[in-house]
Amino acid sequence: MALEKITQVTGRGVFIPGDDIDTDRIIPARFMKCVTFDGLGEFAFADAKAAESAAGRLHPLDDARFQGASILISGSNFGCGSSREHAPQALYRYGFRAIIAESFAEIFFGNSTTLGIPCVKMSKEDIADLAALIEKTPSIQVTVDLTESKVSTDDIDFSAEIIIPGHAREPLMNGRWDSIADLVDGLDDVKARVASISYLANS
Amino acid sequence: MGKTLLDKVWEEHTVRTLPDGRTQLLIGTHLIHEVTSPQAFGMVRDLGLKVLYPKRTFATVDHIVPTDQRAEPFSDPLADAMVKELRKNCAETGVTFFDLSSGNQGIVHIVGPEQGITQPGTTIACGDSHTSTHGAFGAIAFGIGTSQVRDVLATQTMAIGKPKVRRINVDGKLSPGVYSKDVILHIIRHLGVNGGIGYAYEYGGSTFDSFTQEERMTVCNMSIEGGARVGYVNPDETTFEYLRGRPYSPKGAEWEAAVTRWKAVSSDKDAEYDDIVHFKAEEILPTVTWGITPAQAIFIDEKIPDPKDLPLKDRDTAAEAIEHMKLPAGTPAVGIKIDVAFLGSCTNGRLSDLQEVAKHIRGRKVSDHVKAIVVPGSQVVSTIAEKMGLAEIFREAGFEWRGAGCSMCLGMNPDKLVGDQLCASSSNRNFKGRQGSPTGRTMLMSPLMVAAAALTGEVSDARKVFGII
Repeated sequence: MALEKITQVTGRGVFIPGDDIDTDRIIPARFMKCVTFDGLGEFAFADAKAAESAAGRLHPLDDARFQGASILISGSNFGCGSSREHAPQALYRYGFRAIIAESFAEIFFGNSTTLGIPCVKMSKEDIADLAALIEKTPSIQVTVDLTESKVSTDDIDFSAEIIIPGHAREPLMNGRWDSIADLVDGLDDVKARVASISYLANS
Repeated sequence: MGKTLLDKVWEEHTVRTLPDGRTQLLIGTHLIHEVTSPQAFGMVRDLGLKVLYPKRTFATVDHIVPTDQRAEPFSDPLADAMVKELRKNCAETGVTFFDLSSGNQGIVHIVGPEQGITQPGTTIACGDSHTSTHGAFGAIAFGIGTSQVRDVLATQTMAIGKPKVRRINVDGKLSPGVYSKDVILHIIRHLGVNGGIGYAYEYGGSTFDSFTQEERMTVCNMSIEGGARVGYVNPDETTFEYLRGRPYSPKGAEWEAAVTRWKAVSSDKDAEYDDIVHFKAEEILPTVTWGITPAQAIFIDEKIPDPKDLPLKDRDTAAEAIEHMKLPAGTPAVGIKIDVAFLGSCTNGRLSDLQEVAKHIRGRKVSDHVKAIVVPGSQVVSTIAEKMGLAEIFREAGFEWRGAGCSMCLGMNPDKLVGDQLCASSSNRNFKGRQGSPTGRTMLMSPLMVAAAALTGEVSDARKVFGII
């Protein structure tokens, strides 16, 4: 399958502060009563947005200044909790094409990579600096560059190192981020392996 | 240097190394449910692929099934459509389906073990993060996303990097009234909700050696709450005895051969670990969560911490938790008024959980202002509990006795908190909004602590309520 080679993502950013933002927060369970992922985008962070509104505050995704952002920036352990792929599916459909965070929960990281959403780690200090820049100038263009392993912005002098493991970086850059084609290529080996394992012998 | 169980299972199930360096790992047993599978079946069809080994996938419905009015069609048309979609997908592909009418339906992580499908030395995947539960049998079990459900349906494999292994030793004897739930809450409190990222947790030590199989499942279940995608216990006689005679367990000569294999899969005595940590069972007390992550936990005799007394990295989340929970810093755990008591889930919805509670509540009554529900983890658990008279004990005490499912653990069915109700819950997640109301509040605890809160109407020390100490 020919997939897009994702070497860099450029767009406006939005900072959603907080650590341990779980996948229930990203997409509350009641929106998972569906047999397709279509239409999930509008429900991203639905309850968090409502809660902020009820408290007389504005959730970043409701802030007109950050509309159209395609790069999500957050804290540590982003995407923890439930394995629901509905979470990255909702973020993708909302329009996000890359996520920068201090760290990522493992299942969410894998699910996102499979959808072609680079998840890159950046230091807490650099995230704070980038968030401050975006707050001051929401229109700045943020570039997540996988080739150079850095995040930069236009006009303003910001450049920071990012970390993305090779097993995610290489497939994204080579257009092999959805592993199904590679897995199907190995089917002869799969059958041989199945035949060699006693509890699978009659499968 | 010896090998860990993870090393051995990984080696046996490795098909090949993929170009990106990950392993194409054979998944021996695949479990599916109605929420994360429909899109996967659709993707398999769209790609022109088929379900490669339908006998190695097992399905049930758990997340969205009502626990009271269980006749179809369900009152929620979306939920009804999801059950019918799974039924159709299973019928078309030949996947075994433990349907509502089978008598074997239930939460997928309870059904797998009780049917004997979950076995030592195997690899297991399911589109649900609590798949780590099955590690209690010495299986390597992963929660996966829907695209990976597709991968496993179509190729019986998935692409995954090999995790490191952290050995977690718990030694000694738990005090009366302290349970395996307290052990895992204690471990997460100390290692953090992200401490396990990149690791499989191997649990061991004398406390685990003496645990029943169901107690081990409770701990492995919540590995993911500590960030570890995989958690396991080396299999032993306790494991083999649990599996003997179950519907899918090996029979006759095959049983002996299987036990021989299962014994060999345990970690070697001289296995090398990437990290080792120790806990003492005697130091663990009944534990409750006070915040919005499972690591925000305190012993029953403690108070809610002041964020400024916490490490810098934990302060913001603590402040957010205090705002959501509407419980100020300094509030003692004991005495927090509850509205709902939920006994169930893949963490604590097994027969032994219900037995332990029923033993203590006989002749007592649920507090007038508390709505208390018991949701058995499976129809098998429910049937046995009813035959043993447990259901009657619960009903007489004022608990609602419901049908099997995930229920109020995640509020995808009609069982939800309302408004900012506070729930004493035997489940696994206290995230904001987790139990179906965006402003709902959850305190996680052991089943007996849930019962103590239900009877007294407030968070209480079960050891005192039931005269255990």
